[in-house]
Amino acid sequence: MIPRFWRNIRYRYNLIATKCETCGEIFFPPRKLCPNCRRRGKLVEKKLSGRGKIYTYTVVYNAPLGFEMQLPYIIAIVELEEGVRVTAQIVDCDPDDVHIGMEVEAVFRRISEDGEAGLIYYGYKFRPVKEGGDGHEV
Amino acid sequence: MRVAVIGVGLTKFGEHWDKSFTDLFVEAGVRAIEDAGIDGKDIEAMFIGNMSGGRFIDQEHISCLIADRAGLSPIPSTRVEAACASGGLALRQGVMSILSGFHDVVVVGGVEKMTDIATERTTQILATASDQEWEAFLGVTFPSLYAMIARRHMHEFGTTREQLALVSVKNHRNAMKNPYAQFHREITVEDVLNSPLVADPLRLLDCSPISDGAACLILASEDKAKEFTDSPVWIIGSGQASSTIALHDRKNIVVQEATIHASREAYKRAKKEPKDIEVAEVHDAFTIGEILAIEALGFFKIGEGGRATEEGLTEIGGKVAVNPSGGLKAKGHPVGATGVAQAVEIVLQLRGEAHGRNTNADVGLTHNVGGSGGTSVVHIFEKG
Repeated sequence: MIPRFWRNIRYRYNLIATKCETCGEIFFPPRKLCPNCRRRGKLVEKKLSGRGKIYTYTVVYNAPLGFEMQLPYIIAIVELEEGVRVTAQIVDCDPDDVHIGMEVEAVFRRISEDGEAGLIYYGYKFRPVKEGGDGHEV
Repeated sequence: MRVAVIGVGLTKFGEHWDKSFTDLFVEAGVRAIEDAGIDGKDIEAMFIGNMSGGRFIDQEHISCLIADRAGLSPIPSTRVEAACASGGLALRQGVMSILSGFHDVVVVGGVEKMTDIATERTTQILATASDQEWEAFLGVTFPSLYAMIARRHMHEFGTTREQLALVSVKNHRNAMKNPYAQFHREITVEDVLNSPLVADPLRLLDCSPISDGAACLILASEDKAKEFTDSPVWIIGSGQASSTIALHDRKNIVVQEATIHASREAYKRAKKEPKDIEVAEVHDAFTIGEILAIEALGFFKIGEGGRATEEGLTEIGGKVAVNPSGGLKAKGHPVGATGVAQAVEIVLQLRGEAHGRNTNADVGLTHNVGGSGGTSVVHIFEKG
């Protein structure tokens, strides 16, 4: 699965979406074909701000393989400033404090790993925006 | 459109450590053939719903395996996959093969063997029905997707935690009368609310179990059916639709858009409306799933499914009997078999053979969903 991860590094590490210049919609994960305009669409890359609000969330208590050590963890759909939604973990946040509408920002984090000696997968997670914070890291 | 269901067969759903994948399928298949009163030589083709033989039991080429073990080679056998909607899609392929005039008698089967491996592995396999690179990669589980839908439904419509629990309570009660159900245990709202959290706000008793099982239907063309029975159950409507694979890509996650499209097609083909449906087997993989279903199918207005459940409108004897079999929650959810098993229950209901849980219905519906709502398939049935 290494090539599959490698192909997405650029988008995952930098939160790069695609925008259709025909209809104006932004897609993340990036799409190569605009579902609205199809062949009339013209997709160009667009870096996302990484700031947004929690649209919905859950706290996971039963993990798939590779995530057991992180339990319990928060999964949310974040609506970014650009209007696009992304699924991600919420970190640096107590599960009791997370709520719909909470302002969050993207951070670069370890996602999972292939056992003790395997590949370490990195990507985006989100954390609550602190008053007077220094903004996003990604 | 009219396609006859002339035979049905089912295994008990549950943890069948003593039975193999093919044992289960053969058991359901033989029952359906005996129920139809046909002979193996009458069967022209098979369509099999199976989600992940490759990952659950390390076996692909399921279509050939089943035709072989069922002693039906050399008839053509085709496997159909759409995650938890595999069975419903297999049924639709069977229906279309008959309506096209290609075949007169076909077997539609569904089978899954999920308990040969550890639960963590099963959780991981089920998550492959989501977007592997942009959901599962980040630690998303299947319950967590439905939990996020539930959270949003509660936020937008005031659906309560108790209303979700009542779906499970009803379905466990219905399953008490179904000998094929995995669970024969009545539960209370308190039991649900005190069960362990799986993905907040969903708890263990909001989730369908991991199950082994198989289901089978024998379909026949209108002319051919007369040779075997005077009173078949007719499939009079079929609809299927797709949505985005990732939940985050849907404009509105609290409305199951694919089901709205699929049911619109099925109602149109059947010349029926939501108010005509007296009994329905819907995809309650999680309690919130039943709420989404009864809203998107048009039984209740969007946002009112929780209240309708609380008012008892989905009970046997209510406005529309929903999941009299016990549903996925209590009957069990061997994923590839589920869509076919739903049809088996509706056929039994329309024949008046769902002993102890009969709804005396003339028109019924099945609703089978793949993933978090990426695929939806709806069928409408009428008593012959």
